[in-house]
Amino acid sequence: MHRFANPARFLKIARPLTGWLFWPGLALLLAGSACGLWLTPADYLQGQTVRILYIHVPAAWLGMGGWTGIAIAALMQLVWRHPLAAVAGRAIAAPGALFTAICLATGSIWGRPTWGTWWEWDGRMTSMLVLLFLYLGYIALANASVRQGAGQGGVSTVTAIFGLVGAVNIPIINRSVVWWNSLHQGPSITMRGSSIDMAILWPLGLTLLGFTLWFGAIILMRMRAILAQNKVEARMQRLARG
Amino acid sequence: MQQWTFVIAAYAVTLLGTAAASWQSWRAMCRAEAQAEQLADRA
Repeated sequence: MHRFANPARFLKIARPLTGWLFWPGLALLLAGSACGLWLTPADYLQGQTVRILYIHVPAAWLGMGGWTGIAIAALMQLVWRHPLAAVAGRAIAAPGALFTAICLATGSIWGRPTWGTWWEWDGRMTSMLVLLFLYLGYIALANASVRQGAGQGGVSTVTAIFGLVGAVNIPIINRSVVWWNSLHQGPSITMRGSSIDMAILWPLGLTLLGFTLWFGAIILMRMRAILAQNKVEARMQRLARG
Repeated sequence: MQQWTFVIAAYAVTLLGTAAASWQSWRAMCRAEAQAEQLADRA
C-alpha cells in the first residue's frame, strides 16, 4: 500500500488508468441507459417510471460508496499516515455529494407518480438527506483545512475523523427500509437474489458498472489536479524564496 | 402528467450532473497539470 505513497509512482499508474476507466465507463452507462429506456418492458404496476431505476440505483450506490471511500481514506490517513489518502478523501467528496443529490432528486421524481408525493420524511429518504449534509460538512472542513495549509493538499486530522465518524450513517441508510416503516420499497437485490424480474433488471448491471468506472476516473482526475496544484504551490514558494 | 415526463426529467438531471462533473474535473486536471509543466520548464 505504501508503494503508492510516492506521488510520482501513483501518477505513472493514474495517467493511463484515467482514460481506461473513463471511456468504457461512459460507454457502459450510456448503453445501459439507452437499453433501460428503449429495450426493457414497462413494469405491470409502475408503468414507464420503473426506468428511473437504471440511474437512481447507481446514484445511490455512488453516494454511499463515495462516503465509504472517504472513511477508508480517513482510516489510512489516521492510522498509516498515507499521504495520498487525504488527497483521495478530498477528491471523492464533491462527486460523492453530487450523486447523493442526484439520488435524492431522481428518487423524488420517481416518488411523485408512484407514491403521489415528492417527499416523505421516512428512514431511507431522511438518512440519505443526512448523507448529503455530511458531504457538505466534509467539503467545508476540507476546504478550511487546505486554506490553513494542512499537509500537501490533503485534509486535516479533524476532517478525517469527521469522515470516519460519518460512516456510521451508511449502514443506517442500508437498513432503514428494514428497521422502519417506509414508503420506499424494501431491499429488492440481496445476496440471495433479486425480486426484480430479469427482463427489467439486466440494464442495471451495465449502468452500475459504467457509473462505477466513470466515478473512478473522475476521482483520479481530481487527485491528479490536486497533486499538480501542490507541485505548482511548492515551486512558487521555492521561486519566491529565490 | 405523463409518466414519460418524469422519466425524462430524472434522466436529464443525471445526464446534466454527469456531464458537468466530467467537464469540470477534466478542465481542472488539464489546467493544473499544464501549469505544473510550465513551471517545471522554467525551473
